[in-house]
Amino acid sequence: MKRSLMLLPLAVFLLLLVFLFKGLYLDNEDLPSVLIGKPFPAFQLSSVQEGEPDISMEDLKGQPSLVNVWATWCVACRVEHPVLNKLAEQGVVIHGVNYKDDTESARKWLQDLHNPYQLNISDPEGRLGLDLGVYGAPETFLVDAEGVIRYKFIGVIDERVWQSELAPRYQALVDEAQP
Amino acid sequence: MIRRLFLLMAMLAFVPAGLAAIDTYEFDTEEQRARFYQLSGELRCPKCQNQNIADSNSPIANDLRREIFRMLDEGQSNDQIVEFMVMRYGDFVRYKPALTAQTAVLWFAPAVFLLAGFIGLVVMLRRRQRALRSTGDQHLNADEQQRLKSLLEKKSPHD
Repeated sequence: MKRSLMLLPLAVFLLLLVFLFKGLYLDNEDLPSVLIGKPFPAFQLSSVQEGEPDISMEDLKGQPSLVNVWATWCVACRVEHPVLNKLAEQGVVIHGVNYKDDTESARKWLQDLHNPYQLNISDPEGRLGLDLGVYGAPETFLVDAEGVIRYKFIGVIDERVWQSELAPRYQALVDEAQP
Repeated sequence: MIRRLFLLMAMLAFVPAGLAAIDTYEFDTEEQRARFYQLSGELRCPKCQNQNIADSNSPIANDLRREIFRMLDEGQSNDQIVEFMVMRYGDFVRYKPALTAQTAVLWFAPAVFLLAGFIGLVVMLRRRQRALRSTGDQHLNADEQQRLKSLLEKKSPHD
């Protein structure tokens, strides 16, 4: 038998080893969203804010925005909240989806911790969340002026994430919207 | 009565823990129940990664079970339900991935490896046989025959 042929199983084995070893360190928390490039799912839901009209998908159109899925039961959302406040102050358009939450607590949260959201969509049943493929909070979608989902970020947005992942993409959408 | 109760308790003791989480639904037919179990066993929980949604107690798995129940109730087919999940959570939710260019390796690699191993084995065996045949012509000579015989005889009383 040729010597090189004898080494073939070893080579295949090593290749497999490298492949599997890489798999150990894959960040499998970050599932790619299938919704990227697709329009934001249609919905018609009430606002978290008292006395405000229902919100539908049409209301998201017109300008690029971040749609942030949050809840008062979500500990990480509390960490994220001050960052969102700061971004809203800088003029970033942020909408909130209050996901599977108690509306009263949500109102209190927004009152106590400041409200960075322009639209406050209330999704107590998690129906919109399901259509968005949400499996935990916080999750943030980047939606363009046409209402198409362009990017999804799972986890807490902090200063670093904003600068590296979201700000350039958001800016690109803003530039795209005003030629 | 008491015996029946015991029987019931004994049966409950054998309900797998995973299925216990989804026993709250009332199904119209046994066929629907079977399909519910099948689907919730085939779909992967998006949050918990290595559990199907039947086994997981996470809120999202709960929601998805409710969704499966609702869709079954509406009379949707298994394919429609799986499609609904894939539209939202991606191919990831299927424990049995669809056959696409991306998943072809998953589907065929085991068979290819098996085949390669089998071919390798056959080649090796045939080579060895050929090698044996080329040396095997030399039979034992008379002296060796004698030694073999004495060895065999020496061993037999101990049996």
